Amino acid sequence: MPSLAQWGNDLHSGKRSYPFVEKRKLWFIITLVLVALSIVVPVIKGGFNLGIDFRGGSEFTISQVQHTDVAPGEEVVRAVAPNVEPHVTNIAPGTMRVQTDRLSDDQTLSVAKSLSDAYGVPASNVTSTFVGPTWGQDVSQQALLGLVAFVVLVTILMALYFRTWKMSVAAVVGLLVVVIITAGIYSLSDFEVTPSAIIGFLTILSYALYDTVVVFDKIRENTEDYENQTEHTFADRVNLAINQTLVRSINTSMVAVLPVASILFIGAYLLGAGTLRDLSLALFVGIIVATLATIFVQAPLYATLRSGEQAVKDQAARVKAARESWPAEA
Amino acid sequence: MALTQPVRHARAGLTWLVVILVALSGLLTAGVLTNQTTWAPKLALDLEGGTQMILAPRVQGNSQVSQDQLDQAVEIIRQRVDGTGVSEAEITTQSGRNVVVSMPGTPDTKTRELIQASANMEFRPVITGAAWTATPEASRTADKDIPAPTAEPKNASDTNWVSKDLFKKFEAYDCPTELAKPERPQNDPTKPAITCDPNTQYKYIVGPVEVPGTDISNASFGMASNSQGMSTGQWAVNLEFNGEGATKFRQVTERLVAATGFQNQFAILLDGTVLSAPTANAVIADGRAQITGSFTEESARALSEQLKYGALPISFEIQSEQQISATLGQDQLKMGLIAGLIGLLLVAIYSLFQYRALGFVTIASLIIAGILTYLAIAILGWLQNYRLSLAGVAGIIVAIGLTADSFIVYFERVRDELRNGRPLTAAVETGWDRARRTILASKAVNLLAAVVLYIVAVGNVRGFAFTLGLTAIADLIVVFLFTHPMLQLLARTNFFGNGHRLSGMDPRLLGAEPFYKGAGKFREPVTVPAGKGSSEDDGAASVAKESSRKARGAATNGERLTIAERRRLQENQSASATADHESGKGADNA
Repeated sequence: MPSLAQWGNDLHSGKRSYPFVEKRKLWFIITLVLVALSIVVPVIKGGFNLGIDFRGGSEFTISQVQHTDVAPGEEVVRAVAPNVEPHVTNIAPGTMRVQTDRLSDDQTLSVAKSLSDAYGVPASNVTSTFVGPTWGQDVSQQALLGLVAFVVLVTILMALYFRTWKMSVAAVVGLLVVVIITAGIYSLSDFEVTPSAIIGFLTILSYALYDTVVVFDKIRENTEDYENQTEHTFADRVNLAINQTLVRSINTSMVAVLPVASILFIGAYLLGAGTLRDLSLALFVGIIVATLATIFVQAPLYATLRSGEQAVKDQAARVKAARESWPAEA
Repeated sequence: MALTQPVRHARAGLTWLVVILVALSGLLTAGVLTNQTTWAPKLALDLEGGTQMILAPRVQGNSQVSQDQLDQAVEIIRQRVDGTGVSEAEITTQSGRNVVVSMPGTPDTKTRELIQASANMEFRPVITGAAWTATPEASRTADKDIPAPTAEPKNASDTNWVSKDLFKKFEAYDCPTELAKPERPQNDPTKPAITCDPNTQYKYIVGPVEVPGTDISNASFGMASNSQGMSTGQWAVNLEFNGEGATKFRQVTERLVAATGFQNQFAILLDGTVLSAPTANAVIADGRAQITGSFTEESARALSEQLKYGALPISFEIQSEQQISATLGQDQLKMGLIAGLIGLLLVAIYSLFQYRALGFVTIASLIIAGILTYLAIAILGWLQNYRLSLAGVAGIIVAIGLTADSFIVYFERVRDELRNGRPLTAAVETGWDRARRTILASKAVNLLAAVVLYIVAVGNVRGFAFTLGLTAIADLIVVFLFTHPMLQLLARTNFFGNGHRLSGMDPRLLGAEPFYKGAGKFREPVTVPAGKGSSEDDGAASVAKESSRKARGAATNGERLTIAERRRLQENQSASATADHESGKGADNA
């Protein structure tokens, strides 16, 4: 497609340029609004839709059912455990799910057997899950530990690689933005928060920083000798780097999102709830948000962090002077 | 003609790739041919169907469970599960905090209770004993001859603990039958009990618990020594009690030393079965006992470890239990594979659309990365018992995109260099120099994430982190040993080198023209629209400055020069200056 290639060429040469750094205040305000919404919306909604792993309880999945009526499932649970309120749902074509409060071992076995009779499937088609009440806490605690360890390590890694802590700070701030906004959207979707979703979130961390490293590498290259010329300010060069890597950013996020979208589609429409669906939704949203955050938050934030430095200010003044010394043009 | 450096480099890279692929597939083939493994990777329970329990230890008080204790617990659970006749159960520890029990099928209630039960260690004095099979009906003591208790028992060794009923039960007690039962009796610690000693093949009536296992502070094993400190050449197990235990144990030994026969013995019970029933030879006042006997090094170590474990009785709480139907597992695997294929197809189409013929390099690279990942998983399944879970499959699918990422970073770099006016062979080399650093840095981030996830992982996060890390490594191998070498070689073909429209590396399409147009002709210096600009003073030829000013003057749209434009301008100008000079037209200041 020549026009897209031409677009890429123009971005590379700077003939076409989008004001990512110039309009950063606007992007930052939009980001802050989104972050605020991502925090406020789940609170208004009354928190996340926590999955069984966080609430504790029993869950049964019946595959290849002959009918998808809800009533037989409810009857079975009431017959075995009269005090337990069952939630029976048809989660995918041919798949039913029954969730209850915690059942005893004997009750679990008996419910599983009755369910296979009620839905006309062999006993081997019934999956039962029992989760203790502290399991979710364990998972989230470990996830939080992982988050902190990863952020600390990656901050050090980036500071070493780029030889400036300001890139690390910009990257990590952007990372938090990505996680918060993704969590907000996840909450809005009303998908259940399961350990799989948590894995998805942790993976986003990796993707978000991966993407940032690629763009920051270009920024570093472009700003290496910024002080030796008076044509562009530091911010100009950062902006050029974002524009020059724009095609790459679009292409990489496209190829990252395509397989995830395919898992999301298969997971959500053909399998119903489960590992694939929850994982892929978190990833799907996260990859898109991460790509946007690199362009609109992390890179402009880095330019902002550097703008206070004396050397950057001096150079900007020299650029201004040099531009004014040129005769006015038509 | 001697091969150029990049071609030699490319061939070396491809050779290494072939070596790696041949070595890995050779290893797997050898494993399959010798019937040690299969071609297919091993599947985790969520794909294969079965039961998985994640157990968390419950510890008394604030003490922490150490890895050693957890390993001991795993060993004990394994013995219990094996005892129930369940084959192929896998019991492992996870993250140094949980025990994961995986087994095919659905365990019954008893097996489940057994797995959770705590190992209960106790010291009880022996009251009486007999051979461990049931006494034949004929030779059993007649009802009237059974001694009845005459008074309240004075101490734990007192025969007054033995009621008529208990004695009858004792005579009928058949240890081989009882030990074969999956349930071990939960004995009341305040009452006498019947117990079996599989080592000596005796059964005992033991008194109430005198010292609980929690009073053991440490246990070790080594060579026994006599009072002169000389080694006796016998293996012994050393036992240390804490303060409370030492006091109780001294009282026990004081009483036992004076007794004779079975009453001289005390039994150490684990889960109601006798581990050891040594006789008391001396009063142990300092809480440091030594058990000697016909130990081998191995049995001494085993006993000392069991005793140590007894210092911290762990019971388990089921954190999560899943009985996964094989049907659901198969469905999920099938769907996962379909999702992966669709994802791969979409990425392939997108790559072809974006990079034309070069897209085929991406596809080939992805296929090779896939083969490497498959081989690694199959071999790890064989040698390390790695099992692929659904989360692991998801990790592989997600990795398709992340793998293709590094090719895009590279291709875009090469395109940038083409835009700067370099010929393809040079663009591939310079583009690679820059892209390599970016790829290494970004893959380091990926790997770091995978390693951190793997270490802190709970539950099925692990499988995901593992494949994510594995594919990151496969990606690095492929991009270094295949993608880059292929590009180096392809750059020398007519199709790519001359920038065919469908090559994906067509310089004209990328807004760059080669300087040399063939037949001694060069293109005109490009006049780039420029605005207010630079007073660069970086040693460019004065010709370049001159025309650069002209170029600026000609600009009307007020746009400023970018670095790339400026660089290209300078390169063009100095190139044309040289060209002018050579073609004899002369130049201002040649």
